[in-house]
Amino acid sequence: MEREIMEFDVLIIGAGPAGLASACRLKQLDPDLNICVVEKGSEVGAHILSGAVIDPKALAELFPDWQEMGAPLNTPAKQDEIVLLKDKTSSIKIPNWAAPKSMHNQGNYIASLGNFARWLAEQAEQLGVEVFPSFTASEVLYDETGRVKGILTGDMGIDANNMPKDTYMQGMELHARFTIFAEGCRGHLGKELINQFNLDQNKDPQHYAIGLKELWDIDPAKHQEGLVIHGSGWPLEGDTSGGFFLYHTENNQVAVGLIIDLNYSNPWISPFDEFQQLKHHPTLAQYLEGGKRVSYGARAIAKGGFNSLPKMNFPGGLLIGCDAGTLNFSRIKGTHTAMKSGMIAAEAIHHALTNSNDDAVTFEQRFKESWLYTELFSSRNFGPALHKFGRWIGGAFNTLDQNLFNGKIPLTLHDRQEDHAKLQQVTESKTIFYPKPDGKLSFDKLSSVFLSNTNHEEDQPCHLQLSKEDIPLTVNIPLYEEPAQRYCPAGVYEVIEDEEGKRLQINGQNCLHCKTCDIKDPCQNIQWVPPEGGGGPNYPNM
Amino acid sequence: MKILVAVKRVIDYNAKVRVKADNTDVDLNNTKMAINPFCEIAVEEAIRLKEAGSASEVIVVSIGPKACQEQIRTALALGADRGIQVETADYPESLNVAKLLAQVVRDEQPGLIIMGKQAIDSDNNQTGQMLSALLDMPQGTFASEVKLEGDKAQVTREVDGGLQTLSLNLPAIITTDLRLNEPRFASLPNIMKAKRKPLAVTSPETLGVELKQHSTLLKVTPPTERSAGILVNSVDELVEKLKNEAKVL
Repeated sequence: MEREIMEFDVLIIGAGPAGLASACRLKQLDPDLNICVVEKGSEVGAHILSGAVIDPKALAELFPDWQEMGAPLNTPAKQDEIVLLKDKTSSIKIPNWAAPKSMHNQGNYIASLGNFARWLAEQAEQLGVEVFPSFTASEVLYDETGRVKGILTGDMGIDANNMPKDTYMQGMELHARFTIFAEGCRGHLGKELINQFNLDQNKDPQHYAIGLKELWDIDPAKHQEGLVIHGSGWPLEGDTSGGFFLYHTENNQVAVGLIIDLNYSNPWISPFDEFQQLKHHPTLAQYLEGGKRVSYGARAIAKGGFNSLPKMNFPGGLLIGCDAGTLNFSRIKGTHTAMKSGMIAAEAIHHALTNSNDDAVTFEQRFKESWLYTELFSSRNFGPALHKFGRWIGGAFNTLDQNLFNGKIPLTLHDRQEDHAKLQQVTESKTIFYPKPDGKLSFDKLSSVFLSNTNHEEDQPCHLQLSKEDIPLTVNIPLYEEPAQRYCPAGVYEVIEDEEGKRLQINGQNCLHCKTCDIKDPCQNIQWVPPEGGGGPNYPNM
Repeated sequence: MKILVAVKRVIDYNAKVRVKADNTDVDLNNTKMAINPFCEIAVEEAIRLKEAGSASEVIVVSIGPKACQEQIRTALALGADRGIQVETADYPESLNVAKLLAQVVRDEQPGLIIMGKQAIDSDNNQTGQMLSALLDMPQGTFASEVKLEGDKAQVTREVDGGLQTLSLNLPAIITTDLRLNEPRFASLPNIMKAKRKPLAVTSPETLGVELKQHSTLLKVTPPTERSAGILVNSVDELVEKLKNEAKVL
């Protein structure tokens, strides 16, 4: 059966800060452009999770009067604290001068990135952009010359055996003169495009982390609106690196989270349990005790930065924001850089459309001349230094590099091993036993997933596909005790043992769309593909 | 024949309901809202009747603040023809809703009114019945099947212990149960078209309805949390605990 086709000038995949900034910028440059944004979440913001402390730099360029327009950046960051947790009870505060200045947050705002995206979508719609939540982009469409000509939206109403149900609705072809991919970290189409057009040629591999976050209502007496706490150390040990955050945001809430680099080697590591344990440290518990957890979620982060950044333009489209990897890890911030990459993409596309070019060739030049390039270039050594030299010497290197040399130390450090390849076998690793959650500060996975409001239509094909069905049994279980059980923050992967032996059960309904499994599986055997549109978490305020 | 469908904007059924810290109400800040599932079934049924040639126009009405236009647009994207929003500052209680709907019915003169049996936020299950009394029209509640034949509607109702089939003279009021149908997905072109379909905004004053307060919300409290269970090693231990700790045996 022939598919229906819709045509647009520009098509944008993903209604996050990058995609929406790009849509708004395009409309500012030419109000007559016909622009469509598709978003897999049930509404804009439903799948967005971030700390977040946001630098309003790009926003101020996009909408100079953003404050009068009511952008939901309501809580200025007032005070920075950097804490190193030495063990489960003690800690030391790092004085401001000893911390890399990229960690200072004056002029930034504590906010919910989900709410910010909702606001940005309203602005886009007012400018005339068509925003369609609950629609997934399932495949890239190419024309006969190999140029990207659009995407195919996912079919709706398919049952678990791939048969159409009564509610079946066939996916449509969306065609556009340019397609912008802004799916966020490890987008499944972005991954395909990077391979298709060799965009990562001569680049370091992308590096990732998993971020877990909770939102708490805390005792108003303990709340200090605007306080920003960052830190690292306990409970992470050995070559497991990462850092935590605790932001005192508005309405007596705090956002607390842990980011763990996905290049850890011990297969027994469970990022979820590390996070639960972390909250018992007095540095965090002093605020959380007596409070109530209201939300939970997790998302992978692309943190390779400048050295891992692929070429972002290709025939017919662009890859922007975290889909490419524009996050500045030295500042643990990606919103302003993602937005800026989207705005540059918009300008390059506008130029290409006006000059009837097939490719947004001016993107690279515009990118190189922007502050985005300067910012990413000057922080290129931050991640590799920590990986190479460890927390202490790497941290000192970063302070020196960022504070004295402004990121201009004339050498570039590289980190060339892919994250999944670092995983060691259980026989080479120390077994880790995590303490049981106490139900007050720490919780189990299932009650956590419940707070993410995650829902998928039950009767549909599993959206976590194994390239080879036998890998769990032949490799992952015997050699790694199936690490997916532990790195998945939502309990999607379970090893079940019965009369017939062990098998891997995939509970796709729990999936938070964080993409960690697609990244960390040692055999790269798990492919994350989008489920039926509208499925996934429904983050309220994350 | 016109069909009038009433829809309500409610908290999305996937969203976790949170109670405000001061127990005054449910916290709807930044919570995902959606069309009430029973109302969506009502919209689907009306569209199917129109597709089957039994109706000429499907009108969707919603009562509430401006935000409820989103739910009207959802219904228009599914296939309804036009919308009416009765703008109120808040979501009025059932009797006020029934009075407002009654006036819309008098103005529009539909041959059939379909609505959800209840809204999943307040779970009152009374507006349809009240509307029927106010308009002195026959009602078929908890419908699991609807057939139109001439000037009659045959409604199969899910009642305790089985199914009851009624024949109603039109115009009539039908409230939907879960098994009446499974609503379709809105397609992209239809969502775009829905943005251009007519949506009229009116008010209780224009309709000549005075809203009266009949009840006051005193307090909302979340259900008490279930304490964690424990694993017992034997049946004897279970029996012992049920007897001496839980004291249920």
